[in-house]
Amino acid sequence: MIELENVAYSYGGGELLTDMTLSVPPGSFHFLTGPSGSGKTTFLKLCYGALQATSGHVRLFDRDVRGLSRDDVALMRRKIGVVHQDCQFLDHLPVTENVALPLAVSGQDVADNEADLKELMAWVGLTARADAVPPELSGGERQRAALARAVIMSPDVILADEPTGNIDWDMSQRLLMLLVELNRMGKTVLVATHDLGLIRAAKAQVQTRVLRISNRRLQVAGADL
Amino acid sequence: MTLNPRAMAKMLQFDEKADRVVPPTGFTARLTVFSAFAMAFLAVFALALSSAAGRVADRWGDELAQSSTLRISAPAGEAATQTEAALRVLRTTPGIEEARALSLDQQRALLSPWFGATLPVEDLPLPQLIDITESDEGYDAAGLRLRLSAEAPAAVLDDHARWRRPLIDAAARLRLLGWASTLLIALATAAMVTLAANAALAANAQVIAVLRLVGAKDTYIASAFVRRFALRALTGAAFGTFFGIASLFLIPAQDDATGFLTDLRLQGWGWVWVMLIPPLSGLVAFIATQYAARRVLGELA
Repeated sequence: MIELENVAYSYGGGELLTDMTLSVPPGSFHFLTGPSGSGKTTFLKLCYGALQATSGHVRLFDRDVRGLSRDDVALMRRKIGVVHQDCQFLDHLPVTENVALPLAVSGQDVADNEADLKELMAWVGLTARADAVPPELSGGERQRAALARAVIMSPDVILADEPTGNIDWDMSQRLLMLLVELNRMGKTVLVATHDLGLIRAAKAQVQTRVLRISNRRLQVAGADL
Repeated sequence: MTLNPRAMAKMLQFDEKADRVVPPTGFTARLTVFSAFAMAFLAVFALALSSAAGRVADRWGDELAQSSTLRISAPAGEAATQTEAALRVLRTTPGIEEARALSLDQQRALLSPWFGATLPVEDLPLPQLIDITESDEGYDAAGLRLRLSAEAPAAVLDDHARWRRPLIDAAARLRLLGWASTLLIALATAAMVTLAANAALAANAQVIAVLRLVGAKDTYIASAFVRRFALRALTGAAFGTFFGIASLFLIPAQDDATGFLTDLRLQGWGWVWVMLIPPLSGLVAFIATQYAARRVLGELA
């Protein structure tokens, strides 16, 4: 589903990531950890085509990202739900419209998906906040709205970048449960985090594989996690 | 950049959702509408001027091309004889419909704008003038001059060509200037819309990032901006055209003294060209914004 083969990424003359090889099979749950600035966000961006590897090959759904046009990358992203640490919303639109944005940009009629949208808003516990605009939401509400937006197209893969970075423990557990639930529904989940408590909590719920970026390289983390 | 009619139609389809993804931007919106208004207003005048110059050129050309003047500057005793001889020659020249010697009253009327109506022309050594009206096929001026030099040596033929041509050239250049001004106005509109679209796209880099994150194609993102700017230009130009036309009606009515300056009323094809200003402004804005969007989206990729 996501494959990296000897991938390296350089920026500004320095190599940020090197010799990365990884295969993420369908239905798996991966954590990616490492210290701040180790390149977790860059790694995730390589995984959804927002960045191009300097060398090596990134294959998404068996297609090499390097050969894809911008439109092809856009189509690919509709199969990958992304949750950013800073969420990235259109601040002038209500939460419901932000959550429904992937439907709108893919040409689907939001009205036809009204029931699914309501169900999704209830699933992430935001029914009462549906008409609020993103700046009015708390950190946890923003993360849950971002997760709802990431899954509304029923993507095969969920990529989350520090989804619990700005929220309290209870809220991060609630978000984790949503990710675990998605994984149990057969979705592939890859979460970048430096929150080891979150990883331990997940391991108690679902089979996970933990990767670590250390010294610009990708390693499988040990049993200490 | 190519213009694909299907892509254009798709971009112009009203899609409230696509329009809403771009935050309302009051300043660039007002700037675009005002620019389109001002440019359309000026374009109306440029086209009216061009149209008026064209009419003047045609009128002068038609009027002067059909007439000539023969001047007989002979001593008093020979004037009548040479006039008779010249009229005989003229009446037998193919291509001349009518030849008519002007009476003293007619000559006085010609001079009255400069010397007043009471000028004693009979006491002045004025040359005898013969007004010649040509038929449609015209006459051979060189041949006529040869015959006149033999029959009426004091006759000088003026076929108006010497001063008609510069007048017609001037009017034709004025018409060209009107069209050139219209073209410059269209280019200036394109430049202003491109600048405004560039500013709007740059200010909305975050919006573009979010749209890309959720799988929006460049066409979708561009269409939100293109439609917005095309509609603003169309609206501004429609108002500018309306007020431009209304202003033409405010110009005082034509009279003989000021005809050239005030005859800016639209006629015939002039109306068609002016009515095309709003849709053409929308098209110019469409192309300019599409160009700007493609460039900025390429840079932000």
